[in-house]
Amino acid sequence: MKISKEKFGQAFDALVAEYQIIAPVSDANGIAFKGVKSFSEVKQDYLNSKLPPKAFFFPQHEKLMSYKKEGKDVTVKSELKVENTVLFGIRPCDAKGMQLLDMVFKNDQYTDPYYFERRDKSVIIGVACNKIAPTCFCSSFGLSPAGSEGSDIFLIDLGDSYDVEVITEKGKAVAARFEALSELSADEQALVDKIKDAETSSKVDVSTTTSKLDKMFNNPYWDTLQEKCIGCNVCSFSCPTCHCFDISEEVRKNEGTRVRTWDACMAPLFTLHGSGHNPRDNKKTRWRQRMMHKFNYFVHNNGSMSCVGCGRCIKGCPVNMDIRQVIDGANKAELVVE
Amino acid sequence: MNKIINDIRETARQLLAEGKVDVVIGYEKGSLPLKATPCFVHSSEGVDSLIWDETCENNLATYVAKTPGKKAIVAKGCDSRALAVLLQENQIVRDDLYIIGVSCHGVIDQRKIGAEVGEILEASISDGKISVKGMEGDKEYLFTEVKDATCQTCRYPNPVMEDLHIGDTIEVSQEAAAFADVEALESKSDSERQEYFKEQMSKCIRCYACRNACPLCYCQECFVDCNSPRWLTGGVNRAENLLFQAGRVMHLAGRCVDCGACSRACPQGVDIRALNRKMTKDVYVMYNHESGISEEGKPALNEYSANDPEQFLVKE
Repeated sequence: MKISKEKFGQAFDALVAEYQIIAPVSDANGIAFKGVKSFSEVKQDYLNSKLPPKAFFFPQHEKLMSYKKEGKDVTVKSELKVENTVLFGIRPCDAKGMQLLDMVFKNDQYTDPYYFERRDKSVIIGVACNKIAPTCFCSSFGLSPAGSEGSDIFLIDLGDSYDVEVITEKGKAVAARFEALSELSADEQALVDKIKDAETSSKVDVSTTTSKLDKMFNNPYWDTLQEKCIGCNVCSFSCPTCHCFDISEEVRKNEGTRVRTWDACMAPLFTLHGSGHNPRDNKKTRWRQRMMHKFNYFVHNNGSMSCVGCGRCIKGCPVNMDIRQVIDGANKAELVVE
Repeated sequence: MNKIINDIRETARQLLAEGKVDVVIGYEKGSLPLKATPCFVHSSEGVDSLIWDETCENNLATYVAKTPGKKAIVAKGCDSRALAVLLQENQIVRDDLYIIGVSCHGVIDQRKIGAEVGEILEASISDGKISVKGMEGDKEYLFTEVKDATCQTCRYPNPVMEDLHIGDTIEVSQEAAAFADVEALESKSDSERQEYFKEQMSKCIRCYACRNACPLCYCQECFVDCNSPRWLTGGVNRAENLLFQAGRVMHLAGRCVDCGACSRACPQGVDIRALNRKMTKDVYVMYNHESGISEEGKPALNEYSANDPEQFLVKE
């Protein structure tokens, strides 16, 4: 079924009364996901945002709670305030990335309330990629530029209209407002099929990567791999699946807040112990951890690789460390007796 | 293949084969168009990956102290200036270093090209022209049109210290340093300038790519990572971001060699250099000091000269 962009825009604008709407907009720095009040503000022709939309569920710096001590009385206050949210224009890689984050923030023992309060109150409207950047490589992971995984409603841009697919119950509630849906014409159906069949031209073979990494903990590959890395956090902060964080207390006199801040495996403080000992005190062990976590540990723990091929880390890296080459290098590395 | 690349490779081959160095730090072709990437060559078989062109934008001096053993480094003017400061500050050992100097006409500002043609699909450089095929269109540029802002004001395209020079040297004008960019910001009103930095600092995501790309940010513990005392909360907002950036600039006072590595490394396009350039200008005007322009000099803050202009002092 399709909906004209005019009708879609009307439904979008009406949602503003009930939802905070986050959508791609064009700013001085490229494409960013930001709050919008009208469909007219939304950038429709874009590859993807510079930074992933994960921050809407997992902010870079988040107050978990605040506390105050007065005499013998201690008051603790939750800082969590969540609005119903629609995230519009999420690309398939990022929608899949959120499903991977779900696995981190919920397991059989613990559900992270901060993440899931936001996640549960949000509706993701995914939009297929009509254009594919040279750094996109989602097809490597069995994903697709028109994959609907992780979206509640999935749209394909047909120019004047959207092809609409409602995926989940949450999506249904929002899609109920879409009016004047009609069947696709034969030409439009052909266009939809073409977009659905598209693959990224860049692909890396990950079929043997996990099992190879099982045998590579002490491999000399890590010795030279890390040489040019300058140890910044660009790759982690621009990754839709990186989720490591630090929890700290910001205390002033007798009151304070507990905050959660993004951390990154390349950062010097990441594994620094209180004793001063750092079990990962060099780039070699940090890079090994990054690769192992994404392509080995996460697979063993959650059954999926923790990379969706969005290519942001490739574009952002100041020294052009290309994760595709890093994977390829691991695939080809000579095994040594461990 | 051009002669400079050939000579770099032959030099590297010889140095490695003769065991004079353990590693050659240079550039190889990157995975993206118009991108070179730093490379570490450990044996003479690997030297044929070395390249030299207008995409060699990283400052390789940043690796020297962290790379063990004897090393050769391909150095442009700015890389060599950073090496000079590192030597003045006793961070590296001259005897462990072999500098392969190359004069640099400047590097390409890819961001400028990307803003016009979209994602770059293919590109080629020849005879001072850059032909680019982008997702939003194709375009041909003259190198001078897309030369990085840093390189446009560069006064030291030739290495200030080297063990071997490869290729020609570049003639440099003898005029005093020009700071038109700094003067433009200085001439703005306080509120305009505040607006400008508010906008810039709101883009910063505190990834520290600027700090880590900088050859002269080598503190074992950066003040932002220090938790006792805690200078910053870890909060990512304009105020904290400015404190980080301003703190970094102050720490680079009289040391920054204006290579622009920080601005080029920034994934968010923050105009980091605006702050550094102001500091560079102040040091130049007040102390007549340019950092890292010779192996012998001392950092501005380590030296006193009765002839300093010191216009900020009230004199008899």
